Amino acid sequence: MKRLWSLLGRSYLVLATAAVVAVLLGLLAHIAAQGWEVMGWEFLTAPPRKGMTQGGIFPAIAGTTLVSLLTVAFSLPLGVGAAIYLSEYAPDRAATRGIRLAIRNLSGVPSVVWGLFGVVLFVDLLGLGTSLLSAGLTLGLLTLPWIITASEEALRAVPRSVRDGALALGATPWQATRTVVLPPALPGILTGAILGLSRAAGETAPILFTGVAFYLPFVPGSLGDQFMALPYHLYILSTQHHSIQTVRPLAYGTALVLVGLVFTLNLGAFAVRSRMRRRLESAR
Amino acid sequence: MDVPPTRTAADASLANRRPRWGERLVELALAGCGYASVLVLGGIFALLLWQGAQAFREVPLREFLLSVRWDPTSPVEAGYGLWAMVASTALVTLGSMAVVVPVGLGVAAYLSEFASPRARELLKPAIEMLAAVPSVVVGFIGIVVVGPWIARTFGLPNGLNALNGSLLLAVMALPTAVSLSEDALRSVPREYRLASLALGANPWETLLKVTIPAAAPGLLAAMMLAMGRAIGETMTVLMACGNAPAFPDGLLSAVRTMTATIAIELGEVPHGTAHYHALFAVGFALFAISFGVNWAADRVLRRFQGGRR
Repeated sequence: MKRLWSLLGRSYLVLATAAVVAVLLGLLAHIAAQGWEVMGWEFLTAPPRKGMTQGGIFPAIAGTTLVSLLTVAFSLPLGVGAAIYLSEYAPDRAATRGIRLAIRNLSGVPSVVWGLFGVVLFVDLLGLGTSLLSAGLTLGLLTLPWIITASEEALRAVPRSVRDGALALGATPWQATRTVVLPPALPGILTGAILGLSRAAGETAPILFTGVAFYLPFVPGSLGDQFMALPYHLYILSTQHHSIQTVRPLAYGTALVLVGLVFTLNLGAFAVRSRMRRRLESAR
Repeated sequence: MDVPPTRTAADASLANRRPRWGERLVELALAGCGYASVLVLGGIFALLLWQGAQAFREVPLREFLLSVRWDPTSPVEAGYGLWAMVASTALVTLGSMAVVVPVGLGVAAYLSEFASPRARELLKPAIEMLAAVPSVVVGFIGIVVVGPWIARTFGLPNGLNALNGSLLLAVMALPTAVSLSEDALRSVPREYRLASLALGANPWETLLKVTIPAAAPGLLAAMMLAMGRAIGETMTVLMACGNAPAFPDGLLSAVRTMTATIAIELGEVPHGTAHYHALFAVGFALFAISFGVNWAADRVLRRFQGGRR
């Protein structure tokens, strides 16, 4: 009896795990198989034509690329600065614990709330309008917690003795940070930056009211322009278009490009991280 | 008896070696980056409160908090009741948790207690990958795969309803639940398990009667954080739930959550109207709910870790 329960229980655990993996693989296989049908040079490099029923998604690819890069350009300096402060400078006191609490809570803020925040602060109060800049700034703040967490983890992985050595040689705290702590932490910080890019590329709700456009046949020329984005384009094609069935193949294609982009970034981050871990372990 | 610290020449030379203005400036700038997070969180709170509060110049607070009818564009009488969408959010979230808790716990237990290191090394990135799938893609799957399946199974005209949203949200919330539950299980000291095994329990009994109870607060926090994610999800529920702004009537009815309502309506209302401000009030309520869930999870985790040491 005891054996039977144990067997049943353990098979349940395996089954649950297998089910989750099957969902992931099934989802990927479905999108890949359906999306592949429209994939081609034209789909990737041409703008949508004939009311988005034909043509490609190039403006959406370009828009997502631009807004993601802009996002990381904002959040990386701020996030790495915060991570350096937390790991190298901040004394352990109530104020520092407050910062950590704020970071944990920021990572739980619903994405649509970020959108509301962006509308009030960037679009209206700062007068930036619905633009690439407003969307990039909103996403920049959204990705901040991820950048800080990844960077701080990377900085803390640098052994204490390295810092002590630099300080003993007469370096100031900032010199020590800059010359001996930051360089070995760079791959970890890079991981955070890549994950930030991937998150920014996949978010829809925060850019919904801050800068994304339904249809624009060109690539934004300045930070004040609106832009098309892959996730929003997928949303439009699958729910808002006047003939949803006709554009279904294009929607699959868009989903495939988006998933492909996000997964490539994540795999890249994963590769950088595992390389870094191996190097740190061999250094010990 | 206090001896005044003697200053040696070396001290003096170290202190006077060079003015430390640059150092101070750098530290201040870094501290500024650090406190930016607090500022942003406070900013979200303040801006949503400020914008949302303006709705109550026209909308009675009583109506907002107690009424079920949300119909701001009605030509007869605009309704600004919060309850239908709170109930929708709760229904979809609890529906997803009914899947997330048993499955998430199962996967976490397998990964932490039974999987070989090799299997772990493959499975953990796979779960992380699931977390990386953009929510709009999950919503798309809800439309093209899960929806038609629900429609066929239950004989409905379409499958865009609360059940669809719950299933998709489960997929979205699972990675959080799994990775945090696994952390909680792994933080149970090895000695507990060894003691249980030495007393003759098999690994399954050890998991059920020793490891899971010992990790219970951490598991609870993990599930709460996963629930926080489900509450705040926007695109998935927007695309899969059918968006009927009425009080939900079971899992097979079309519902519109708080997040979906904001996403649908904010783009269409003129800035500065009562409707616009009411959407910010909804946003504030959503922010408060998810903040409360995260905060409670934090407390549970904190107490747990505090008690261990």
